[in-house]
Amino acid sequence: MAKIRESRWIGIVIAMLGILMMGYGICRGEVDVVLAKAVRICLECIGIG
Amino acid sequence: MKINEWSRHGIQALWALLTNSYLAGFLQGKIYKGNLKKICVPGLNCYSCPGAVGACPIGAIQAVVGSWNFKMAYYVIGFLIFIGAMIGRVVCGFLCPFGLIQELLHKIPFPKKIRTFYGDILLRKLKYVIFAVFVILLPLFVVDIMGQGAPYFCKLICPAGMLEGGIPLVLMNQSLQSAVGWLYAWKGVLLMITIILSMIIYRPFCKYICPLGALYSVFNPISIFRYRVDDEKCVHCGKCAQTCQMQVNPVENANHPECIRCGRCKKACPVGAISCGMRNR
Repeated sequence: MAKIRESRWIGIVIAMLGILMMGYGICRGEVDVVLAKAVRICLECIGIG
Repeated sequence: MKINEWSRHGIQALWALLTNSYLAGFLQGKIYKGNLKKICVPGLNCYSCPGAVGACPIGAIQAVVGSWNFKMAYYVIGFLIFIGAMIGRVVCGFLCPFGLIQELLHKIPFPKKIRTFYGDILLRKLKYVIFAVFVILLPLFVVDIMGQGAPYFCKLICPAGMLEGGIPLVLMNQSLQSAVGWLYAWKGVLLMITIILSMIIYRPFCKYICPLGALYSVFNPISIFRYRVDDEKCVHCGKCAQTCQMQVNPVENANHPECIRCGRCKKACPVGAISCGMRNR
């Protein structure tokens, strides 16, 4: 287990998995939800409601 | 290369300025509405901060998970997995504006600074519970009639949103001032507690509450960028563990989940046994 953690490959494989997940999320339109939320004042975030 | 504490604060400040560079927002009491907000920033930075030019990843996860049509945030979680697998909690040490604020607050003299206390280690698990419950489960399952969940972490817990967005926007908008109620008071109290605790304890929000730190901490042991202690050089003087403000002993575990990779241990080592980087050796 320690050897697996020492290897850089596990980090590289997981980073690639992250890129694949990002790509899939972008393809199914999640970015639009993020943008729609981020460009309006988030009333919950600022403590209004 | 050994990095000086104030040089690191310089990098933190520069990054905070870069990701909050919509300065007109502070003057007009408005937020940036451009396409850059499709992109998440790696640190905790409220997207309702008037200067913010990117999206807060924790807010973005809740927005996607709580939306009626998506129930899994592949884009944002994929982004965080990528950053975590590359550099782990370097983000906490160098690229988080709220981390910088807490560190600067901790430099304010206080009669008694607390390094650790009974239950400290157990309390650090709280951030994982907060991530699971307030960032994922509540927005996913506690929904309105449209099937949409609220960003419960941002709404009930996050003091960064209050500091970076709540105070400047309410100060500059009369319509928002008239809408202030119990939630604003609650978040104000949480912010005050965070500010006072930051003067006493080093980065209390990061240690016990931050869901982003919780997520990145999982990647610290396996990230490509990592710390290494040379056993042949190490003289076991304990200076690295003594200087660590997160109470990590690098000799026992150089890539401990609680390590924010600030580099203090590296600077404190008298024999240069601690190194870091992306290379194997």
